[in-house]
Amino acid sequence: MLYLPSVKLNAFLEKTAEKRKLYVPVDEEPGKSSYRPWEPGVVVSRGLNTVRSAKDFFFPQTENLAGFRIQNKKIEVLDPRKETEDFAVFGVRACDAASFGILDKVFLSEPVDTYYKNRREHGLILTASCRRPAETCFCSVFGIDAAEPGGDVSFTDDGNGWFLASHTDKGAAFLGEVASLLEERDESGAEAAKAKTREIVARLPLSGLKTDSFGGGKTAELFDRPEWAELSEACIGCGTCTFVCPTCQCYDIRDFDTGREIRRFRCWDSCMYSDFTKMAGGNPRLTQKERFRQRFMHKLVYFPENNGGKFGCVGCGRCLRSCPIHMNIVKVMKRLSEDDNEQ
Amino acid sequence: MNSETLIPQAVVVEEIRQDTPDVKTFRILTRDGKKPFEHMPGQCAMVSIPGVGEGMFSITSSPTNAAYMEFSIKKCGHLTNWLHMLEPGMEVTIRGPYGRPFPVEDELKGRDLLFIAGGIGLAPLRSVINYVRDKRDQYGDVQIIYGARSKDDLVDYAEILDEWSVTPGFTVNLTIDREQDSWDGHVGFVPNYVKELNPDLSKTVLVCGPPIMIKFTVAGLTELGFTPEQIYTTMELRMKCGIGKCGRCNIGAKYVCKDGPVFRYDELGELPDEY
Amino acid sequence: MRYNEIAAAMIARAKELLSDGTVNRVIGWKRGEFCYDVTPAVFETAEELEKDFVYDAFCGANVSKYLIRESEKPGKILCFLKPCDTFSFNQLLTEHRIRRENVHVIGIPCEGMADMRRIRKAGIDGVTGIREEDGGFTVETLYGEERISVYDALAERCLSCKSKRHVVYDELIGEEGEDHPDAPRFEQVAKLEEMTAEERFAFWRGELSRCIRCNACRNVCPACICENCVFDNPDSGISQKAAADTFEENMYHIIRAFHVAGRCTDCGECSRVCPENIPLHLLNRKFIKDIDELYGVYRAGEKADARNPLVDFTEADAEARVVHERGKA
Repeated sequence: MLYLPSVKLNAFLEKTAEKRKLYVPVDEEPGKSSYRPWEPGVVVSRGLNTVRSAKDFFFPQTENLAGFRIQNKKIEVLDPRKETEDFAVFGVRACDAASFGILDKVFLSEPVDTYYKNRREHGLILTASCRRPAETCFCSVFGIDAAEPGGDVSFTDDGNGWFLASHTDKGAAFLGEVASLLEERDESGAEAAKAKTREIVARLPLSGLKTDSFGGGKTAELFDRPEWAELSEACIGCGTCTFVCPTCQCYDIRDFDTGREIRRFRCWDSCMYSDFTKMAGGNPRLTQKERFRQRFMHKLVYFPENNGGKFGCVGCGRCLRSCPIHMNIVKVMKRLSEDDNEQ
Repeated sequence: MNSETLIPQAVVVEEIRQDTPDVKTFRILTRDGKKPFEHMPGQCAMVSIPGVGEGMFSITSSPTNAAYMEFSIKKCGHLTNWLHMLEPGMEVTIRGPYGRPFPVEDELKGRDLLFIAGGIGLAPLRSVINYVRDKRDQYGDVQIIYGARSKDDLVDYAEILDEWSVTPGFTVNLTIDREQDSWDGHVGFVPNYVKELNPDLSKTVLVCGPPIMIKFTVAGLTELGFTPEQIYTTMELRMKCGIGKCGRCNIGAKYVCKDGPVFRYDELGELPDEY
Repeated sequence: MRYNEIAAAMIARAKELLSDGTVNRVIGWKRGEFCYDVTPAVFETAEELEKDFVYDAFCGANVSKYLIRESEKPGKILCFLKPCDTFSFNQLLTEHRIRRENVHVIGIPCEGMADMRRIRKAGIDGVTGIREEDGGFTVETLYGEERISVYDALAERCLSCKSKRHVVYDELIGEEGEDHPDAPRFEQVAKLEEMTAEERFAFWRGELSRCIRCNACRNVCPACICENCVFDNPDSGISQKAAADTFEENMYHIIRAFHVAGRCTDCGECSRVCPENIPLHLLNRKFIKDIDELYGVYRAGEKADARNPLVDFTEADAEARVVHERGKA
């Protein structure tokens, strides 16, 4: 099996960056990292996960959709896109890699979102297995294996380097590109590393979370549950959970007048916001309870209903870490399925 | 559909008709004088004034109208205020068509149809009514029950009188909310009028209007013996993308822009009460 | 008093006030999945209190803003306020946002609140439990036990705690504490003032470039009490959701700081909730420092009927010229 020893990481990154823009997770401070463009000297974070997810690479927080120039009575419509450049993201964890599959369901279903699709086609995803999952991790609940992160090429971390395996044609071609830096090692090393990850995942405090009460077709059962009131009681209606979430994909479309032209852009939006469904004629979700319910019903019922049972959560735990009042999908699931989730 | 579905095309507002004090009907053509795209009755399009905003509106002209496309729009918010300030010859942008239409080629074929509309709610039904009128031999009898606050608020009044009420097999029943000089027709709210008229239970119903009117009308129809499977309505929620991706127009697992806006009442009954 | 003793006293007193009908609800903090993820919550029965009520070193969330809504509801609510929370509560009273007669306030002691972010910053993650012992914290993690000093685990705002004295309460649990007028609250502001304008601009551009416009700082802020925020109003012309990292975008924070100037009690919630760890409280502290220097020491929320210097006039007020000249420095 192909192996990249840690000492060759920089050479590997340099080689990777020759043909494309390369992004790597970088520590801003211990325990807090973000994806940054790699250049010689940049140190890759060994931390678990970035504060923001990797969805930004395919679905950026803000992007221009169209431009308009208005002269006299006429409107000239402009497509602002330039050809998307090739890029690679290194160090994507299994949870984020799985989130792309969820985003694909939305953006690549008909009619295809070409902005997203362009980026997907130009992006190379280099994933990394987890050696030290956190207490907030629960990816296994959604069938995600932190030891097998997938992507175009997966990197299985054994502490001294990585075992590489390609999962797509794009990944195989890439491995050819960097072959000179890789060694051949016995596969047993990779298996041992995976076994270690799985052993830790199995004893994570949230690994036993049950999903049986959720899924497509559960709307009638769950929508009017009285627990929504107490669960949403302390919610301050911010968009933190939404914006750090790798699978939240709701967006707003707005216009901005630069003075020379109108730019129509889209930006992330949150169903937690009070104006999300507000119309001139009223608002179907008047209080935070309805907005809060929407977010969790979407992930746990509506999304699976429309997508063959697939849940809209990957258990990355970012919302558990970031919510100002520590309310999150785990607490919602436990409260709504107390019979299944007796501790 | 355009593959770049979020990028609209610029079209010309050829003609603007003041329908009621707060409703105008806009006739839209491409720059070379054609209909922007084909659609089916009940489908919608995103209309925009760049810099102001974009909104989803029912296409009120019938697909059988090969010459142009029309939108009847009530002034009720930021974008619609601006649309009402447009003058003929100015351009707007449009993209679409979006959504599931009324099943005019399926379940509605050969049926006796009952249209019930309140106020601007006539707009989406107008497309179906004219479609049925133009394919008269393919449908049964048509009854139109239409009400508005006052005579002045009846949208398409001229068309109703001059065309619909004289079409063979068409019955038009108009009502206004309060007594008014120059009005010798029925006075009263639509839901009550429907009950008074006691329409034949074999009809298929298409209802559209303010939510409260729809609610009471459907309750009345149910009382008369109509089943949810006989009733169609069309929904309106805040929309941004129009293609089921931006995530705000859902009722339960259904997106109004994609799975609607037309719903049969038994389908709506399965959705949570959040609209 | 240790936190477990305080918590026991709080629960006992809350049960009494519920059973004698003084109050019909209690707002406090509810136990979470882990040792640190408590959620503000309203309790209605003794059983609920027994089961989930918690008060410990992770109850940093300031519950006073919830009282805007809760004090409108029928009956009286018991709220537990830490010393710094009482300043927010008082400020909300000053602004007539809380119905005082519907709230029974118990002041509770605070030994400083721990900050998971600082614990993680110390390289400790996978936290499954925390014990206070031997003058520090022993942190149980998935990967073994770690030690961290109280100083390293405390929230930054607690390291420069302005007061352990409660400025409003109906009753107290534990001994009343003292003001800390000499707390090093303005050290970082002073450092920013020493920078050149270019350096300072670069500092804030860098910090604010991480903003994801989640609005958590605004929504949690007890001084942000507008029913319809200008940033949510499309008609305002500045309603914005995009995080475009332009200077206009940064204006969100600057305008917010201006809007709460003179009213901000320095509770530090803005920085606590920021998912990107932007030191937003420094903007507010700069205003507090300036107000103190120009108009004399003023602490928003200290007195419920006080007029803040920015909306008050006295003959001793600094001349506009002074402000103008300083602005050029």
